[in-house]
Amino acid sequence: MKNSRIFAAYGMIFVLALLCAFFSVVTYTDQSPTGEAGANQVITAIRQQFGTTPRVLIAASDQPGDSVFAASIERDLAASGAQVLATVIGEPKDAREALLKINAGGGKLDAIACTQVTGAWLVFSDLKTDFPGLGEPRVITPRSYRWPNFLKSENLLNIANQIAVIAIVAIGVTMVIITGGIDLSVGSLLALSAVLAARFIRDFAGGVNASVGGMLLACLAAIILCGIAGAFSGAMITRFAIPPFIVTLAMMLVGSGLAYILAEGQSIYQIPDSFVWLGRGADLMSLPNAVVLMLVLYALAHVLMSRMRLGRYLYAVGGNGEAARLSGVPVKRVLMFAYIASALLAGLGGVIMASQLKSGSATYGNMYELYVIAAVVVGGTSLSGGEGKMLGTLTGAFTIAVIQNGMNLTNVESYTQKVVLGLVILGAVLLDKIRHAR
Amino acid sequence: MTDTAPLLEMRGIVKSFPGVQALSGVDLSLRSGEVLALIGENGAGKSTLMKVLGGAHRANEGTIAIHGRQTRFHSPHESRRAGVAVIYQEFNLVPGLTSVENIFLGREVTRAGFVAQQEERKRAAALFKRLGAEIDLAAPCRRLTTAQQQLVEIAKALAFDARILVMDEPSAALTSHEVERLFEIIRDLKRQGIGIIYVSHRLGEIFAIADRVMVLRDGKHVGERLIGQITRNEMIEMMVGRELKDEFPPRSVAIGAPRLEVAGLRRGRVVRDVSFAVRRGEILALTGLVGAGRTETVRLIFGADPREAGEIRLDGKALAIRSPRDAIAAGIGLLTEDRKLQGLVLGHSVRDNFGLPNLTWLSRHGFVQRRREREDFGRYVNRLKIKVPNQEQRAGNLSGGNQQKVVLAKWLARNCDILIFDEPTRGIDVGAKYEIYLLMNELAAAGKAIVMISSELPEVLGMADRILVMHEGRVTGEITDARRATQEQIMELAHA
Repeated sequence: MKNSRIFAAYGMIFVLALLCAFFSVVTYTDQSPTGEAGANQVITAIRQQFGTTPRVLIAASDQPGDSVFAASIERDLAASGAQVLATVIGEPKDAREALLKINAGGGKLDAIACTQVTGAWLVFSDLKTDFPGLGEPRVITPRSYRWPNFLKSENLLNIANQIAVIAIVAIGVTMVIITGGIDLSVGSLLALSAVLAARFIRDFAGGVNASVGGMLLACLAAIILCGIAGAFSGAMITRFAIPPFIVTLAMMLVGSGLAYILAEGQSIYQIPDSFVWLGRGADLMSLPNAVVLMLVLYALAHVLMSRMRLGRYLYAVGGNGEAARLSGVPVKRVLMFAYIASALLAGLGGVIMASQLKSGSATYGNMYELYVIAAVVVGGTSLSGGEGKMLGTLTGAFTIAVIQNGMNLTNVESYTQKVVLGLVILGAVLLDKIRHAR
Repeated sequence: MTDTAPLLEMRGIVKSFPGVQALSGVDLSLRSGEVLALIGENGAGKSTLMKVLGGAHRANEGTIAIHGRQTRFHSPHESRRAGVAVIYQEFNLVPGLTSVENIFLGREVTRAGFVAQQEERKRAAALFKRLGAEIDLAAPCRRLTTAQQQLVEIAKALAFDARILVMDEPSAALTSHEVERLFEIIRDLKRQGIGIIYVSHRLGEIFAIADRVMVLRDGKHVGERLIGQITRNEMIEMMVGRELKDEFPPRSVAIGAPRLEVAGLRRGRVVRDVSFAVRRGEILALTGLVGAGRTETVRLIFGADPREAGEIRLDGKALAIRSPRDAIAAGIGLLTEDRKLQGLVLGHSVRDNFGLPNLTWLSRHGFVQRRREREDFGRYVNRLKIKVPNQEQRAGNLSGGNQQKVVLAKWLARNCDILIFDEPTRGIDVGAKYEIYLLMNELAAAGKAIVMISSELPEVLGMADRILVMHEGRVTGEITDARRATQEQIMELAHA
């Protein structure tokens, strides 16, 4: 009984877990360690086999992980008294040149430190014949292991980072949908906010040389302007009883148009490098800042919806607006709050996106309103209002992100991805209906 | 019809919902040309039984035979085809369509694929003539009165050649005059050989119209009598399973100074210059025909609709009420006529519903004090004997009486000075009614002032200290000594 209730409330978590399991199995492959971890393995192996003063050649490709690999081997081995004769970062022909040089110099070589990839280069396959002068150098590579690409921590963080903007915007839209409304304007407001923030930085805060304070003010101003747009929508809905669908549809066009006008059809990139801190930085335990912000906002929204009076009122207005009004709920104010919150969060999403891409453009957030609504609905919030959970929306957003990411990893082409995503959204809602019908 | 098989024979009907055994082996039989009254307290299973007959619910066990032929209804459509028409308390009419369109909805008369509108109108007019009703065929149903809408439902049933007609609380929203008219129609249908199942809480009506009465209690058939062989009290005893002395509790009246005074209330043509006062400890009944402007008047007092003119005073102080929020803050509570649409958020838990008007004092710094809320509601659950398995129960799953008690708890916890009860006992069983009456007396004794709107004259006479009668938006009469008033006196004022 208890279990079934948990399943009913958070059924999507199980679906999400199943999806993760599926993609983990599908992307289960050989992993060749590089970077620090790979380097440490190789260093240990070399020390065990050749003591502390071997003569070593390091070979790595020019991948980012490999250069870390090469640098840390060079540093550590040199520190413990080994002789690093050469460090090759590049292609097989570079390695051949280095070997020829050592050979010509008449030196012996004990070990060649390689990654999985460089270890398989043909140039190292028959060293005894090709370079007899080197003695019998051994190729040392880190041990490979099997692990799903999907579950690599870089990939998981990547998923979280990619969905952060949609998930943050979805918080506000969840509130709006719980009140029985809809907000179609969030995608446009997101673009508007990105353009506004970028323009404010370029025009008023000093462009590339903008200070932190200047950027902060610019972003705040952009977000607040979005909030005003939300207040306008809210006023139209509460004052004149125009259906939210119509009001926010109009606002979607207005917002998008304004964004294009303000951007003058270009992308605005005169922004300092430090601006990417929010979108690309990772200060807390290597979690991206945008993801941390997302988690904090979800925690706050969850508390608001489940513990606070305002949260109760949001549900009540969506469940039965007339009964709520006759019980003394300030229905109009509650609705205003929902639309303003939704617009502010869309504005914040725009700032994050501008920070991720280090520019502002009116093309951002195109179709985002639909992904956001999909996340909300997949998360179990009913479009008829009065029902839904913040954490459900987070689950819904992640479900969409995981599907997209999983399909990227398994090389599903992007058109097919759309088809699959559409069907998954339908399936998720169908599942929800069936669960409720029981 | 020469065969002796009854028109309808239901045998051993069992229906259970998760956690509830709604019907445990109920039998029912109905002859043609007979009116069978089906009575029982709320939650006794009447509605479920009728929904099984109407095909809206599927029975777990049991058989249904019509003219001796076994049938099984899997959908309302199948039941309708077998000649069963159910008129639910909430009508099944599309508000935007005309009466003609509603009558033929799903079974349009067509010619070459086009709706034969002339033909439909002709047939509808004939049906209404047969019912002796005058209804504007071109008007959308939402503009018809409740009584007219009911006639449309009946016409719809007749258009489909229904042999069995189920009427669930048909008189609930009708005035006594309209009820009389309905009875004439029912008698006429009887003569045409139609079998009628009449579900009602109003025992008086049953004596007037039924041939036989069948009583359900807790999903079981507890008795069946011919109407001449049972008294009103016996009926009540069978329903509640115990002896019930009085329908209305006695009360000692100690009426004080005026608490709520309204003067010159006005809104368009529905409320025209209404003034009255309610005093401390008084129960004032506001009565009249449906549409007389009673509900509209109290909605103005409560701020639910904007008023064009009028003053509202509480204990001598003028109130600037512009919304229900203002009214509630001033100490006025309104128990709405329609629990489902206006009183409760049906999809939410009973506790959330209870909390709604009370969160202002049940929360601190914007956070709901959930323990306090739980404990407070728990107290009211005990005090009002609300039957709920737990506080998380969805309000929509409760019976009418229990729903009304939840609404009551909402307002009691708010400790309002003025309580307005709009049809407080509509669709509620006898036992729960008595409890609500007791509570009203208690509140009055505690110094509150109570306004009660009711269309049930016995209730008005039994409960009120003073009676105001309204007609077409005006107060047309006042009876200061309700103890000595008669139903005839009220009816006369109501038609003034």
